[in-house]
Amino acid sequence: MTGGSVHKVLGTETEFGITIRNQADFNPVLASSLVINSYAGERARIQWSYEEESPGRDARGFGYEPAPAPDFETGLVNAVLTNGARFYVDHAHPEYSTPECYDPLEAALYDKAGEVILARAVAAAQRTLTDGERVLVHKNNSDGKGNSYGAHENVLLARSLPFGEIVRHLIGFLVSRQVVTGSGKVGSENGRPPATFQISQRADFFEEEVGLETTLKRPIVNTRDEPHAEPGAYRRLHVIIGDATRSEVQTFVKLGSLSLFLAALEDGALGEPVTLAEPVQSVWRISHDPTLRCTVPLADGTTATALDLQWGFLEQLAKFGEAGGADNVGREALRLWEEILTDLEQDPLSTADRLDWTAKLALLEGYRDRDGLTWDDPKLRLLDLQYHDVDPERGLYHRLVQAGRMRRLFTDEAVTKAAHEPPERTRAYFRGRCVSKFEDSLVAANWDSLIFDVGEDALKRVPMMEPLRGGKERVASLIDDSATAADLVRALGGEHGGTGAEATST
Amino acid sequence: MAEQEQKQPQRDRSSEDAEQVEEQAGDTGVELTDKIDDLLDEIDTVLEENAEEFVKNYVQKGGE
Repeated sequence: MTGGSVHKVLGTETEFGITIRNQADFNPVLASSLVINSYAGERARIQWSYEEESPGRDARGFGYEPAPAPDFETGLVNAVLTNGARFYVDHAHPEYSTPECYDPLEAALYDKAGEVILARAVAAAQRTLTDGERVLVHKNNSDGKGNSYGAHENVLLARSLPFGEIVRHLIGFLVSRQVVTGSGKVGSENGRPPATFQISQRADFFEEEVGLETTLKRPIVNTRDEPHAEPGAYRRLHVIIGDATRSEVQTFVKLGSLSLFLAALEDGALGEPVTLAEPVQSVWRISHDPTLRCTVPLADGTTATALDLQWGFLEQLAKFGEAGGADNVGREALRLWEEILTDLEQDPLSTADRLDWTAKLALLEGYRDRDGLTWDDPKLRLLDLQYHDVDPERGLYHRLVQAGRMRRLFTDEAVTKAAHEPPERTRAYFRGRCVSKFEDSLVAANWDSLIFDVGEDALKRVPMMEPLRGGKERVASLIDDSATAADLVRALGGEHGGTGAEATST
Repeated sequence: MAEQEQKQPQRDRSSEDAEQVEEQAGDTGVELTDKIDDLLDEIDTVLEENAEEFVKNYVQKGGE
């Protein structure tokens, strides 16, 4: 992306549902640890350093809110993978955070690689269980009983963009995009009006317009201000209103439209925003209408459908793209987005090869027709749930892929490679290569630093405050030429700039 | 991805197109039903047993 905007480095974080069948004393924290340890083995002992993290910081400038209860997470299993990702236990779920990616296509690839990693972790964990016990992991966001867990998108923004501007523009975009980003759900929960089938897994859980919370009173725009990068230059927008998606096309369009939207906002290329009169109610209302005909009230007294709003955004961003705001990847995202909106308008089910919610709905309608099932039949809830199973044999998304019913963007080979090797154009390259080559000396990591034990009294910390520094071009030969972590740290100390700063003692 | 001309999005809501789509679907409707039935048969073989019990016991802790 061009102009005045910061390059839109981005990534996703996904909490997966987990259960063990036929295990009387099932404990989700232990099960999550088992899954991660089974996959990561020795790597699960790399500590995550919270030194630079401040999840209580609020982008609206309120300073710090009270710190959460004593650091619950530090004792839990954490792994840093060779592809630069983080794989760990968060609350009572296995969570996979992609490495920092250069563009939305790469981010969609590393999001998909996370599913492969979870599937392998499940298979490895399964080998440790006794007869009859079966571990199942779902890439979904709700248990259907009022409990939700997240799928977050993270995008790098310029600090100079006022947060109020982000909020003003973003709400209409995020509320209406559900028709493109939803992964579908049977029923409703969290006290919302009854629904047979709805577009989004997450919609029922949103209760505020703007806020810092992610686990209670979830806001449409989350204000967590934790850039994991030079704080004077950057923000990280933490988008919590989105479903975990299995479809590759859908994940790409979800991330591509968001990153173009933010680039255009930073460039001042968006006109006055459309303001919703009732943003929170509109989230539920749009999600609860798979016919896409319902309208939501706007502040100017008129009404619009979600598709009306999405067309408006697409038109603005297509102009921005044409004026040089989109590279080839951005243009492809715009093309696929337009195709999806066109098809949704003709017949939502015609997008069943690209969108999880319509793929799932088509499957459910197939069962309803064949077996005469009513919407309250538990079999439909099972189908809903099993759509998200990451196991390639059991997962119904995988069955649709195998039957040639889902369009793909990536080959299996590319996904497998991304499960092992880091992106090449961000600092994730440095992290991933160091995990591969210097694992024994790497004692801790986080998004913006690595901490090595090179056999001296003090540990050595390598800061990586610039997300676009530390890519292959810059550090490959440095890593190749270093036989040990001590060599690497020495070389970085001498070079002043492999990853953005020299190693320092800590 | 190939370099291509970016056109302005064209929103087309004409009902004629919708009718045409329906006709096309009608031509191959039988075949599509057969195919989805094959798929459902295949899915039947991998669905978790005891749907009601499984769904009832699927309880997650909140996260994020």
